[in-house]
Amino acid sequence: MARSTPLNAAHRKAGGRMVDFAGWDMPVQYDGLIQEHERVRTGVGLFDVSHMGEIEFKGPGALEEANRLITNDLARCVDGQAVYAGLLNEKGTFVDDVVAYRFSPEHIFICVNASNADKDFAWMASNAKKVKPVNRSEDYAQIAVQGPKAFGVVQRLVKKSLEGVGTYRFTTGDVAGIPCIISRTGYTGEDGFELYCPPDKAEALWNAIMEEGKPEKAAPAGLGARDSLRTEMKYALYGNDIDDAHTPLEANLGWIVKLDKPDFIGKSVLVAQKAAGLPRKLVGFEMVDAGIPRSHYPILHKGEKVGEVTSGTMGPSIKKAIGIGYVPTALSTEGSTFHVDIRGRAAAARVVKTPFYNKA
Amino acid sequence: MSNYPSELKYTKDHEWAKKAGSNVVVGVTFHAQDALGAVVYVELPKVGTVVKAHGQFGVIESTKAVSELFCPVSGKVTKVNDAVTNNPGSVNDDPYAAWLIEVEPSAPAEFDALLDQATYVKSLDGAH
Repeated sequence: MARSTPLNAAHRKAGGRMVDFAGWDMPVQYDGLIQEHERVRTGVGLFDVSHMGEIEFKGPGALEEANRLITNDLARCVDGQAVYAGLLNEKGTFVDDVVAYRFSPEHIFICVNASNADKDFAWMASNAKKVKPVNRSEDYAQIAVQGPKAFGVVQRLVKKSLEGVGTYRFTTGDVAGIPCIISRTGYTGEDGFELYCPPDKAEALWNAIMEEGKPEKAAPAGLGARDSLRTEMKYALYGNDIDDAHTPLEANLGWIVKLDKPDFIGKSVLVAQKAAGLPRKLVGFEMVDAGIPRSHYPILHKGEKVGEVTSGTMGPSIKKAIGIGYVPTALSTEGSTFHVDIRGRAAAARVVKTPFYNKA
Repeated sequence: MSNYPSELKYTKDHEWAKKAGSNVVVGVTFHAQDALGAVVYVELPKVGTVVKAHGQFGVIESTKAVSELFCPVSGKVTKVNDAVTNNPGSVNDDPYAAWLIEVEPSAPAEFDALLDQATYVKSLDGAH
């Protein structure tokens, strides 16, 4: 039996088409994936991301404890700042990708993928030395309000000014009278907020944003649009583009790895890999020939399988068939060409600069 | 009911078929395009390709999903609707105008054995 978020009834009422996602009964689309995608690119869309997990470290040494588990560096953040990071195992490959929030050096809050929440918590608990993590997943619902018009809608529901809350900064406060973590983050490539709130207030918050956003035609967006939006940005999805078989360096996420900070799990492997050179890299490519690349399609070079597509779609905003996949480093530079085995047909593809989508 | 015209024949795989002279024109049903969402790519066989009843003859894709197309009848492909491969969204606009292929059937009795409208619509109950 799939788990439900506190917004399940609201999705069904709004005509959401429900599917099982990582054991959760979630809306894949409402009025149409492409409409929802466009809504987020040009206006404002609401996503229920309450299935995401939340894990907290609290007490003296919380920052050092969390910092030893993740690749990015909370020590060089300020309070009220969040970072994207890898949670790695000893092989230097991904347990998960996370967003870590620094409330203070004694309070770190980490948002993790729904599909990995239990695994991540067990991993953190077994590797934490002094400050034990607390699984707060049941205590938070989360609504992502995304799009160029998201800021205005959320601001009108909050008494204090949010102007100072820049990208990857957060604050706490009431949104429509409901206590929230108000985070200027997202997974769409658009401006917006992710609002963490008490589960029993989630529907009231959802309704308040929908009501306040009427002038901007705010409306829900499902997991389908979330996936096409993030793919156009080449944002990695755990289980597709990153996993426990690949390091963050191979995934082209070197920017979230701070090798000059104190030790963290997986660091020695990454140091060695950086010195030895990367065997493969995660690239973004466009199809030259007709066809849409899909997850697990083989990537061919000179007739040999050299890699695999990890994500692919027809990008609704860019109107091109695009893909993400691991290829040998020699084929990873912009302009490199290879083929994708599309159901037995070798279709030409070319490595391009990412993100695929750039704001006009 | 208007989503499923009574003059057409149907398959459990959500294709429709109709006679055009002695040939059979094939497309996908309203339900098929609705389940897929916005169609962004259609791959069809070349004219002259031999197709089999229940055999795959092409692929239809939405942003999210890939779906195989199965032929209602056996025979040889006599026409391919390039307008649909050039404008895949036309399948959503009107799945009955956006026919995909025309087949010269090799076993005409197969057509008569296809589902009628009422049987197909009944098969959709609970299919969602």
